[in-house]
Parts: sequence; structure tokens; C-alpha cells
Amino acid sequence: MSISVRDQFGKQLAQLAKDDSRVLTLDGDLGNSTRLDSTEKETADSFLQMGIAEQNMVGVAAGLASVGFQPWVCSFATFLTKRALDQIVVSIAQTNFDVKLVGSYSGLLTSNTGKTHHSLDDIAIMTNIPNMTVIAPGDASETVAAMKAMHQACGPMYLRLTRDETIPSFLPDGSFEIGKGKTLAEGTDMLVVTTGSTTYRVSEAIKQLEDVSITHQHFPTLKPFDKELLLEGAKKVPLVVTVEEHYIRGGLGSIVTEILSERLPKKVYRIGVPDRFFGCGTDEELLEATGLSVEAIKKSLSLCKKQF
Amino acid sequence: MGRNKILLMEVIFTRRGNLLILSIEQLKMTATVLRKRILSTAYYKKQGHVGGSLSCADILVSLYFHHLSIDPSNPKWEDRDRFVLSKGHTALGLYAVLALRGFITEEELKTFDQYESRLQAHPDMTKLNALDMSTGSLGQGLSAAVGMAIGAKRLKKDFRVYCLIGDGESQEGQIWEAANIAEKYKLDNLIVIMDQNGLQQYGWKNGNERMKPESNGRRKFDGFGFETWEVDGHSMEDLVTLLTEVKSRGNGQPKAIIANTTKGKGVRFMENNYVWHSKAPNDEEYATALTELEEGI
Repeated sequence: MSISVRDQFGKQLAQLAKDDSRVLTLDGDLGNSTRLDSTEKETADSFLQMGIAEQNMVGVAAGLASVGFQPWVCSFATFLTKRALDQIVVSIAQTNFDVKLVGSYSGLLTSNTGKTHHSLDDIAIMTNIPNMTVIAPGDASETVAAMKAMHQACGPMYLRLTRDETIPSFLPDGSFEIGKGKTLAEGTDMLVVTTGSTTYRVSEAIKQLEDVSITHQHFPTLKPFDKELLLEGAKKVPLVVTVEEHYIRGGLGSIVTEILSERLPKKVYRIGVPDRFFGCGTDEELLEATGLSVEAIKKSLSLCKKQF
Repeated sequence: MGRNKILLMEVIFTRRGNLLILSIEQLKMTATVLRKRILSTAYYKKQGHVGGSLSCADILVSLYFHHLSIDPSNPKWEDRDRFVLSKGHTALGLYAVLALRGFITEEELKTFDQYESRLQAHPDMTKLNALDMSTGSLGQGLSAAVGMAIGAKRLKKDFRVYCLIGDGESQEGQIWEAANIAEKYKLDNLIVIMDQNGLQQYGWKNGNERMKPESNGRRKFDGFGFETWEVDGHSMEDLVTLLTEVKSRGNGQPKAIIANTTKGKGVRFMENNYVWHSKAPNDEEYATALTELEEGI
């Protein structure tokens, strides 16, 4: 049976905390949503409730790291990366502390909670912080591998997770290396580049598209970015398309266009959330509205082939 | 000059742990030397937050020359007491006391605020290993201190965490988020000291003067479950007595000391004048300041 990304995250973090007493989990009072509550259930002593106070939570993590712990700080992506941004920069990144920041409920799929809870700029924000590694795994098994790698590596890192419960463990192998991308399919019409939860929907769309031949690359690490893999894929095709559950500007699409404009100028078509706020809606409604449902992605990719 | 030299010699050969200068007179003298170092560095570099460094000078001396268990020859000694300067803009005062205590050389003070210097305008622990935390964006140091205190309890270590905050700084909400958590985790190993010098960078107009940034600090910390004290932050005797008393109270309550101080303390034209928050003295001002400190106004 397939397990959701957030359930797997909670389970894996509890495991890391059980295996390593340096691992502490800090909750911004959302443990039963983010699944951080698994740590409290399985190894209560490793779980530190920090209340509804993200700025202090991030600062406390810095202090804990300074005396030898590896804190994993978890909240909704938008609250963590925006409400506590200065704390992340000054107390975590500038000090280069071994603190793992986990932004759950990234993107639009936040259980019908609307614009206050959407997080569509966290890739832009977090990849612009020196010392910060940014990771967005594509499914539950890659989440496990990513968390193991994060635990082993020292330094500030941001893990971008989805609440989406519909993503099965679909990636062909559960391996993960920080800074490495993966090629999921090979084709000749275009290169489609994705990250995080969008990878699943895009790979479904590609499977169903018969008249478009696509190379699909998945980048579970957004910083440092696997430039070489991107260039290798891009040089074989006339067109590159990026798809992400993030604002079009500042996310994966921007990273890809920056690299290509310097090294391999090429037409890039970016699919993502337009520069506006979206309200409440079911996951399906929001994905449809922003062109990120499997059906909408299929249409866009077909159109790309015809237009370019 | 001769007296200062003697002081420095003692510092260089200090042992691990408390330095414990017991003579109040000697501590007072050290504070005067510290004030001179603060001013000479600001004068030399034409830069520095002088007012708030002078207001906390006696507090820094009581901590670094009497109270903190630290080791200048091993700044990262893991059982040391931690000190977080949450009001990071007064790094100048901290560097000067670290120089007097033997963590850095006095010569190095001349590199204050210089490109790639270990003595950044605001404390940077990645550059200078004698620092327990990087600060500079106000309100953040206390949260880190709370983390260190929680960590000490989990590691069953008996070091204490001292955090110096400003009265202006306490306008930051994060200070109170941290205080709230300190109570929840019963951090009796956390000692917050508020340098209540009565002025902030600009603040509110109050007739021809400026309004105090904080007038209820003690009541607020009290309300947040802290055990609180108020002290004359320029009385070395009171500071030393109080810090010793506070240290012995392991009753599950975090501690807060409101230290009433004067911004620019020791130099008459700087005292209680907000323009000296961040300003370096010119030739004439520097000469006057040294004379006043020498005379002990």
C-alpha cells in the first residue's frame, strides 16, 4: 500500500530521532497536520512543542544546534519561510547551523484553507539564502532517502513537502543524492523539467500523451542544482518546459532559464502559478485553475509541441 | 597606563573557569579601562555604537571578570557558561571586554568593523570563536539562548546561559515569544539581563527629551513567569552580589534582571543623549571623554 509524503515524513523523522539522540523535532503547533506528531508518539522525549511562534522556534533551533543537537523545525511552508524569514537568515544561515527546516503544505494543496496558507514563493525565497540547501522530493520513498541524506549532511537545509495524499511511490528508484537530478523518460520533442509533487502529475501526463516525445527530468534538489544533467538533456531537444506548483517567477522555471541563458540559450516555456492570489478550493479545482492538473498539463505540452 | 598593563597580565594567565576578581575596586577599575577601550576603538575606527556599549560596560565586567565560567585558552570549552549579546549592535563593548579578558589581543580591536575582520560590526560567531551566537537583527539572541538552555538541561550539564537584551530591543515580539517558552521549559539556567538605559536609536518625542523605550520590563517578565530583580546596573557591588544570588536559585523559574543604566555612562556629554547611540567622538570629544573617565565622574 502506498503511503503519503507527509505520513512518510512523520514516520521517517521518528525513526531518525529514535536512532540518533541528537535529532530533536520542533513543532509550531501543527504536528497533527504535518505528521510531526509521529515523533511525539514514538519517542516523546525528542519532541519539543514550541507553540504558535515561528520566529522563536527557529531561534531556539539555532541555540540547540550550537550545543550539538540537530533540530528539525516543522511548520506550514508559508509560515516558516515568511514569518520567520529573518530568523532563518540571521540565526540559521549566517551561522551555518545544522538545522533542518521542513515546510509542509507547500504550494496550493493546503486542505482548502485559501491564500493565507498557500506557499508559492518558498523556492524563490529559500534558494536565495546563502548556505541553504533546498530539497523537494517527488514521492514518499524519495522523501525517506532525502531525509537520510539530510541527516547525514551538516548544515542548514530546507525540505519542501506536499500535503497531497494522491501521490503514490511512483519513482523507479528510491535513491537520493543531494544536488543530483534524475532522468525519468527519454524523448526527442522537448525536455520537461519538474520538481517535488509536480513530478508525479507530469509523469502521468507524459504517459498518456501519445503524440509528443518527451525527455522528463526530475530535480529533487533545487539548490545546489544539477546543472550538468539539465544541459545534457537540453542540448538534445529544441524546447524546454518547466512545470511547478510555485509562482512562475523565482522557482524552478527561473533556475532553469538562468542556467540555459548562460550556457545553452534555448526556448523555455514555464508552467506554474501566475502572479496572483488564489482562494479556497478543492485540490482538483486549484490544480485545474492554475493549469497543473494532469489534464491541463497534457494540453499545455501538446500545445508546446505545435507552437514551437 | 601602568595600571592597565597590570590588569592585562592577570588576564592572560587566567585559568579555566571563573576569574573571580573579588575586589570591587579592581572590578570598577576594569570597567573604567573597558570604557576607555570602547571609546578609543570607536575614535580610531570612526565608527561604533558607543552609547549602549558604555551603558552595559559594568554588566560586562561583572560577568566576564567575576561571574562567567569560561576559558580564554579554550573558547569552545563545552562546559562553559554561554553568553549571548542579543543587543548585537553593542558588539564594540563585547569585543573590548573579550580583549581585556584575553580572548583576543588588544591590538585586534583596531580591526573592528573592518572588511573580513573577526570583529564584525555585529557579532559573527563564524568569524570569532569566542562568540556563542551571531546577533545583530534585534530580538533573536534570546531565542537562541533559550535553545542553549533547553540543550543544557537535556545534556544534563550545569552551565548557565546569560543573555543581555536591550530595553529598546524588547519592543520586538520575538523577545516575548522566547520568554513564553522559557517558562514552559522551566529554564532556571537562563538568566536574562535587560540593559535598561532608557533610550533607543530614535524613539518617541517627549517634550524636549525622548521617551523611555520600556517602562514595565520587570512586570512583563514577572507576568511571563520569570523570577525578577531590579538592580543599579552601574553599581559593581550590587551587580556582583545579585548575580551570585541568582545563580544559586534552581527553582524551575527562568531569571530576569532589569539593570537600570545610563546610555553613554561615564562621559557627561554622551549620557542620556540619543545621538550617541551610534557615533564616534572627534579629537576634542575623545580627549574630554578620557579625562572624565579618568576622573570618574
